[in-house]
Amino acid sequence: MSETLREIEELTEAEYEYGFSTDLDTDIAPPGLTEDTVRLISGKKNEPAWLLDWRLKAFEAWKTMEEPDWAKLEIAPIDYQALSYWAAPKMKPVLDSMDDVDPEIRDMFDKLGIPLHEQKMLSNVAIDAIVDSVSVTTTFKATLAESGVIFCSFSEAVQEHPELVREHLGSVVPVRDNYFAALNSAVFSDGSFCYIPPGVRCPMELSTYFRINSQNTGQFERTLIIADDDSHVSYLEGCTAPQRDENQLHAAVVELIAKDRAEIKYSTVQNWYPGDENGVGGIYNFVTKRGRAHTDAKISWTQVETGSAITWKYPSVILQGDRSVGEFYSVALTSKRQQADTGSKMVHIGKDTTSSIISKGISASRGQNTYRGLVKMMRSAENARNYTQCDSLLLGSECGAHTIPYIEVKNPTARVEHEASTSTVGEDQLYYCRQRGMSEEDAMSMIVNGFCRQVFDQLPMEFAVEAQRLLSISLEGSVG
Amino acid sequence: MLHVEHLTASIGGTQILKGLDLDVGNGEVHAIMGPNGSGKSTFAHTLAGRDGYEVGGTATLDGADLLVMTPEARAAAGVFIGFQYPVEIPGVNNMYFLRTALNSVRRARGETEISAREFLAIANEAMELVQMKKDFLNRAVNAGFSGGEKKRNEILQMAVMQPRLAVLDETDSGLDIDALRVVASGVNALRGPDRSMIVITHYQRLLEYIKPDFVHVLVDGRIVESGDYTLALHLEEAGYADFVNQELNEVPGRPMSGAPT
Repeated sequence: MSETLREIEELTEAEYEYGFSTDLDTDIAPPGLTEDTVRLISGKKNEPAWLLDWRLKAFEAWKTMEEPDWAKLEIAPIDYQALSYWAAPKMKPVLDSMDDVDPEIRDMFDKLGIPLHEQKMLSNVAIDAIVDSVSVTTTFKATLAESGVIFCSFSEAVQEHPELVREHLGSVVPVRDNYFAALNSAVFSDGSFCYIPPGVRCPMELSTYFRINSQNTGQFERTLIIADDDSHVSYLEGCTAPQRDENQLHAAVVELIAKDRAEIKYSTVQNWYPGDENGVGGIYNFVTKRGRAHTDAKISWTQVETGSAITWKYPSVILQGDRSVGEFYSVALTSKRQQADTGSKMVHIGKDTTSSIISKGISASRGQNTYRGLVKMMRSAENARNYTQCDSLLLGSECGAHTIPYIEVKNPTARVEHEASTSTVGEDQLYYCRQRGMSEEDAMSMIVNGFCRQVFDQLPMEFAVEAQRLLSISLEGSVG
Repeated sequence: MLHVEHLTASIGGTQILKGLDLDVGNGEVHAIMGPNGSGKSTFAHTLAGRDGYEVGGTATLDGADLLVMTPEARAAAGVFIGFQYPVEIPGVNNMYFLRTALNSVRRARGETEISAREFLAIANEAMELVQMKKDFLNRAVNAGFSGGEKKRNEILQMAVMQPRLAVLDETDSGLDIDALRVVASGVNALRGPDRSMIVITHYQRLLEYIKPDFVHVLVDGRIVESGDYTLALHLEEAGYADFVNQELNEVPGRPMSGAPT
């Protein structure tokens, strides 16, 4: 047994594959956060007055708030004044086509395996590439425009579609929602914006790829997706960062609005730098993700979280309309010294609303993994249903798995189910696979992937393959 | 082909195999019978290389020393265990598992890997052998399988892996008579001049369907009697009492002499 444990430890302490940094000419603000910083960011982006006011309101709120301390996370104090709140790769003023993208940025994305040249793209995916919180390019814009889909950077949306932004920004995650959401609202620099018109089924997968490059900068993206009546969109999000010795703060906000009978599927593969085996470095990832589902609408979150030193994240759905559906599928892997406190919130308001939560936590090495979820049935939620399943897999003896479900039911017709399990990879499972000729590493990776199958099945094909590979790498130590 | 000499195995300080000798020739089928706790399953696990046993003596397959190899190397050398209790691997597709297994041993032998299409042909043939429905391959490995399905799956795996030496550990336990017939006919179809088998069983019943060339009686970690199929018939009637008593009293002489007829 002890030998197996040692091997698991070696397997789980793989190197981080995306740890390189790119030497970009970057426009960076001096450290510190004051009202002037907020004004500077807003000014850099030529924002209308209403948006500056909105930011300032958020900043005022943030100053009165305190960092949440209820999560099961040990976090070194964050000095918000030591960070820089604006970093952007210096670019030519106008990007007419992909050829205008800085070659170094293109190279960086090529190295990450994400081609930004449309003619080189194999899959049917449009990408908004974001470096240090600034959108550097969006692919397939023209193709999407033909069907009326708007997919662009957040900054561009503010200029081109101010009415849509103004109506929906902060309508799902208000500025005062929580400490990190307030901070984001004050200083967010860019992100992705997406609007699907009524009745349109988005012709391709939309994707945002986040890359942190600069040092000592906070990363604050804002994503807003609006699916109008009877529309459908599938959205993917990927993240990586260079390997650095200090912790970097990432506090994003994602708002989804699914109007009547619309469907939004949002998938994330989060692979920020996790820090080393002694807990040095790594991204602090504090993310607020929430969607509002109107009548007969459906919002589905799928996340594969393998990176970050700290993950604090609870993608949620407000089931406002009758018969609306919310789903949350999650795989969270914590290895090395990683800590994750993640889960979901399902708030049932409408009648006959249904939600399901499938969470798979994997803890290895000295990782700590907490599932924290809230299922809330409001008084109006007649016949609402929730099913929650939380499975934890422990690899090794120094890691931890914790499950903290909160259930609030105010309507007697509502039904809530919760199932939880904790297991380890059995010696007998490994032996069985090895007797059939597989190496211990292959067997381990196969068993762990099997554990996550239910969640991977929800991901679009390319992402499922990527997620499986990522998990194997995190477990195997076989850096590709 | 398989040569086992004075094989010993202990676990947690308790000795289970106490000097087991056995020779299995090419294409032969040997049955090993014995009472509970005599070391039958331990023998199978010792040949397969399961962790946790302290092992002594000799076990070679085609001259190669099995005891120094990892379990996966033994599999590549051609050792296959039909497990008494096949484990469940939730979420892992049966077909994917089998193809990974087959390609792992092929890689280890320096052979080319089998493509998904080629594999499907191999798998379909094996499926017919154990009379399984198509959806069998798409289910997770043994997850939610009935006892009979698990055992059929073991034979299916054996048909795909084409081992040099198959050790079937109580493959008959938990099978009804129909399932037993299916499993036995699958095993019989896999008999061949280049494949040897060791059939471990508690009861003679299985041996009505899989006729062994030799029958051995394992008691208290040693083979105490060997013979042909008639030995199995005798055991069915008389039980293991004679052999157990003989072991305890160390009475010399042929144990069968005093048995009732």
